[in-house]
Amino acid sequence: MTLAVRDLAVRFGGVVALGGISFDVRPGTITSLIGPNGAGKTTAFNAITGYLRPSGGRVTYDDAPLTGLRPCDVARRGVVRTFQKTSVFPALTVADNVLIGLHLRGESGLAAILAGARRVREEERSLRERAGEIIALVGLEHRRDHVASALPYGEQRLVELAVALAARPRVLLLDEPAAGMTGVEKDTVSKLIRTIRGLGITVFLVEHDMRLVMGISDVVIVLNHGRVIAEGAPAEIQAHPEVIRAYLGTGGGAAGR
Amino acid sequence: MRAIPLVLLAVLALTAPFWLANPYYLHVLIMAGIFAVLALSLNLLLGYTGQLSLGHAAFFGIGAYASALCTLKLGRSAWEGMALAALLAGVSGWAIGRLALKLRGAYFVLVTISFAGVISLVSVNWMELTNGPLGLPGIPAPELGPWSFRTKRAYYYLVLAAVALSYLVCRRLVDSRIGRAFLALRENEALAESVGIDVTRYLVIAAVVSAAMAGLAGGLYAHYTRFVSPEVFLFTYTVTMVIMVVAGGKGTLAGPIVGAVLFTALPEALREAASWQWQMLAYGLILVLLVFFLPRGIVPTLSRLRKSP
Repeated sequence: MTLAVRDLAVRFGGVVALGGISFDVRPGTITSLIGPNGAGKTTAFNAITGYLRPSGGRVTYDDAPLTGLRPCDVARRGVVRTFQKTSVFPALTVADNVLIGLHLRGESGLAAILAGARRVREEERSLRERAGEIIALVGLEHRRDHVASALPYGEQRLVELAVALAARPRVLLLDEPAAGMTGVEKDTVSKLIRTIRGLGITVFLVEHDMRLVMGISDVVIVLNHGRVIAEGAPAEIQAHPEVIRAYLGTGGGAAGR
Repeated sequence: MRAIPLVLLAVLALTAPFWLANPYYLHVLIMAGIFAVLALSLNLLLGYTGQLSLGHAAFFGIGAYASALCTLKLGRSAWEGMALAALLAGVSGWAIGRLALKLRGAYFVLVTISFAGVISLVSVNWMELTNGPLGLPGIPAPELGPWSFRTKRAYYYLVLAAVALSYLVCRRLVDSRIGRAFLALRENEALAESVGIDVTRYLVIAAVVSAAMAGLAGGLYAHYTRFVSPEVFLFTYTVTMVIMVVAGGKGTLAGPIVGAVLFTALPEALREAASWQWQMLAYGLILVLLVFFLPRGIVPTLSRLRKSP
């Protein structure tokens, strides 16, 4: 049940975005991927989830390969991601957003739906119940029938989280879940991430907020210039000389980067 | 309380042939019904998946020719003709969906236009099969046991049943996980994929169902006018369908029907009211005003008005 990344490389023309990175996201952990802007964090997410075809290396989940699969098939294997930029189904209500997220939990096919079969209606009812539970989990019951694009930013990010949770992830990849949030909202998200882990879902996140990362992570992986420069528990990472150098720049001796 | 207007509407639609004395009005209603099926079918693609098919007349024409040839050359019944019409159009919808696999927006539009162009050329030039520009006359009216659908009154009910069927198909789809997958494609394709929706698969499903419905409308048209010619592929038909869907309210179930009735009746009303130069001018003006004042369409605006007070 480990998400294993091996020598994953992405090049855009002559630019090396990822220069062959390897790491494991172990089941049941909250693992964070950090690094300065342009380090390749989102590129790594895109390559893992099929949005970007890597130029080398491979990704496996539970020993089955993910590389080469389309995003929808990666999701089918239980590896579900969110996006850095707020990403909801804007014109639809919160309930409909979550119902779309529940797509894989429904089984009704075209013929049954056109025939108006009874089990289609039953399935629809149980999906709506599920949607209600997930909306309650992220604390948006009062927004159920609101159009997603009309919600404040912080709540839209919660909708996003609810949509991803609805897809029944076993590993959830969160791309900057707390970006642009107020302190209170960040606390809500931290708590929510812990709750999600408590549901047996492995969480793998990219995040810039160091307080949040260090507070909730079991493992932190540091990326710089497309390479993993450190990996370990939050305390080790905070004391790691190379990490400090990557974030603060070099003092004295070594020139430039 | 909410059901009262609906019941009233149903009663009106069901009794129309009895209080509409003039057969010309009945003809307009029949054409409105055929266009309602077309508009409903286009709306599945345009309103729900967000993809504009500007070759929709091709599916209509394929249906019309399939049904005509099935009865004329194979000697089968009109019912078998209409079933074949839906089937053949559905198969071509599948082909278009597969061709357009990764194409969206303007590119999807181009593929559908080119497809309609090719099919139209075939209908003009394949003389042995289609009789070219001369068209195919003498298409029989449908018959059911002792009853014939030769009269306008009978045909009106046939078309009404087809509209009801198309509406039901759309409604069941839209309220299901498949319809939500369509919406997901329209709203945010990358996010849809991230939750496991095979977006291209659902675009193909939408194209097949939509094309089959347009094909059925083509069959209905052929057995009503009893004549088909390459004119069924005219771009004007597609444009009319788009106008009906957009003005009525795309992405709603009632919108295309309202649009179809309005924009079938409008040119006819204008024909009585003004000379032909003024007709087109007035038609254009009304269209511009509608789009300007009701950009989301008639039905969404009305339902919002009803909710807000």
